[in-house]
Amino acid sequence: MLLVPCPNCGPRNASDLRYVGEAGPRPDPNTATEAEWRSYLYIEDNPAGLLRETWYCRAGCRRYFVAERDTTSNEFVNSPLPGNKIGGKA
Amino acid sequence: MSFLRSLSLNSVGQRVAGSRGANGDSQSKPPRYSAGGLFVKGARNQPWPRVWREVPLQKSYDVVIVGGGVHGLACAYYLATNHGITNVAVLDKAYLGSGGSGRNTAIVRSNYLTPEGVAFYDRSLTLYNTMSVDLNLNVMFSERGHMTLAHTDGALRTMRWRAEVNKLQDIDSSVIDPQEVKKLAPSLDVSDHARYPILGALYHPPGGTIRHDAVVWGYARGADHRGVEMHQKTEVLDILVEGGEGRDGKGAGGKVTGVRTNRGDISAPIVVNCTAGWATLISDMAGVKLPISTRPLQAAVTEPVKVFLPTVVVSGSLHVYVSQTDRGELVFGASVDPFNTYNIRGSLEFTEELAGHVLELMPGISRMRLLRQWSGLCDMTPDYSPVMGFTPVDGFLCDVGWGTYGFKAGPVSGEQMAETIATGQTAKLIEPFKLSRFATGELVGEKGAAAVGH
Ligand SMILES: [Zn+2]
Repeated sequence: MLLVPCPNCGPRNASDLRYVGEAGPRPDPNTATEAEWRSYLYIEDNPAGLLRETWYCRAGCRRYFVAERDTTSNEFVNSPLPGNKIGGKA
Repeated sequence: MSFLRSLSLNSVGQRVAGSRGANGDSQSKPPRYSAGGLFVKGARNQPWPRVWREVPLQKSYDVVIVGGGVHGLACAYYLATNHGITNVAVLDKAYLGSGGSGRNTAIVRSNYLTPEGVAFYDRSLTLYNTMSVDLNLNVMFSERGHMTLAHTDGALRTMRWRAEVNKLQDIDSSVIDPQEVKKLAPSLDVSDHARYPILGALYHPPGGTIRHDAVVWGYARGADHRGVEMHQKTEVLDILVEGGEGRDGKGAGGKVTGVRTNRGDISAPIVVNCTAGWATLISDMAGVKLPISTRPLQAAVTEPVKVFLPTVVVSGSLHVYVSQTDRGELVFGASVDPFNTYNIRGSLEFTEELAGHVLELMPGISRMRLLRQWSGLCDMTPDYSPVMGFTPVDGFLCDVGWGTYGFKAGPVSGEQMAETIATGQTAKLIEPFKLSRFATGELVGEKGAAAVGH
C-alpha cells in the first residue's frame, strides 16, 4: 500500500488517487516542434531515486498536485503544497 | 556497421584456431542433459560438469550483452549458433535469470491483435515448440491451451476481431461460447448470475506454459557450448561512448567503445541492453533516452492441490490470469501497479484484490491458501510494444521495453537481435519496434497485450 500525502486531504491510499505521470513543463503547443512535442508525450526520465510526479486526488479533493517520491523506497520526501509546489522536508 | 561482417568471420577464425570455446564446436548441439547421464556419471564416480563454465573476465569482446535473462542469453546463443559470433560476454549484476526471467508466470501465446504482434510472437512460439530438442534440455513446454474470458459485449467484440486477425495469419484461435468454456475448465463459474458473467472466450490451443528457469539455463548452456562467456555478479556501472553530442561525448552521434563494470573496464564495439526494469538506467549511461516507465507486477502461488485446471485462464476485466503447474500450485498474476517505482515489495492490497477476482471466476477454491507472492519490474512503453534494434548511439543496441510480455518473446527477440547485430541491418520482424517510431509518431498500438498485463 502506498500512502500519498495529498496537500488538501492528508495521507490517502493510492487507490483513492490517480497517478498522472512525471511532472515537468509542457512545451507551448503553438511553438513546439513535432519532435519536442513527441518527446514531451513519450520520453520518460524514469529515475531510480527522487521523482517529481503529478497525482490527481480523484476520490478526495479532486485536485492535481505535485509530489516528490523516492522510487526505490516509495517514500515521499518533501511534502507537497497546494498549487504544484513542494515544501521542505516532510 | 559494415565492420560487423568481418567481425563475424573473425570470430569464426578465432574459434577454429581454438582460442576459446567450451568444446570448440559451434555446429553440434550441447550434450543431452539427462537423468541417465547423471546416473552413469554417479555410478562411475565421474564429475558431473557445471551447466556453464566460470572463466576469467577478458579485457575485450566483440559483443557485450548487458542482462543475463532469457533475452540476453537467447541473443548470445543465436549470435553463436546462427552467425558464428562467439567472442561474446553476457553480464548480469546478480545471477542468470534473476530478473523478469525468473519472476514471470511462464505463459506463452501468440494470439495478439496487430499483424506485427502476431507475426512476432508466433515465431517465438515456434522456437519454444522445438526448444527442448534444439537445446537438448527439457524445458517442459506444456501446450495446454490459452483462454481469454469475455465478460462484456465489448470484450467479446474485441475477441472476434482478434480471432479474425489471428486466423488470417494462420494462428489457431477462435471465439468459444460459455458451454465450451465449461467443458475446457469445469471449475469456472459460467452461470449468468455471476457478477462478471462469462459470455465467451478467445481460445488459443497452441498457448501454454513452460518452465522458465529451464529456458534460461538451456540458452546459457547452449551459448556456453559454443564459446560464449557468462559473467554473473558483474554489474555495468557505465557505458563508454565517444564523439556524441551530449555530456561526456555520450548521446546521439556517439560510438560505443565498451563498458565499465564493478570488475573493471571491458572494450567492445557492440553493447546490447537486454535488461528489464533497469533498461532506462542502462540506456541513460549511453545517453539514450527511452519512452519507458518502470512498474512492478505482482504474482502469487497457492498451495499444491490435485490438477483440476487444464488450461491457462485469463480475464482482462478482472485483471487476473491463472494457470496450474504440474505440481498442482495455482499461479496467479495481475496487472502492473498503477505508479512508477523500482520497489518490488509486495502489497496486501494486491493479495486482497487478486483473491476477490479469482473467486469471482472460481468460487470453489475459496479455502485455498496462498503460499507466497513476489513481484518483478516491467518496462512499460506508451504503445505496449518493445523497443528493439539500433539507437542514435552507434554500436549501442536495445532489446527492452518488454512490459509484461517479455518472457514469451525471449527466443524470437534473441534470434532477431542476433541477426540485426550480425548483418548490421534491422531484422524484418523487429522493424516495427524501432526506437525512432516515437519520434516519427508511428506507434504500434498492441492492445492484444494491453487487455491484461502478462
Ligand atoms: Zn485530496
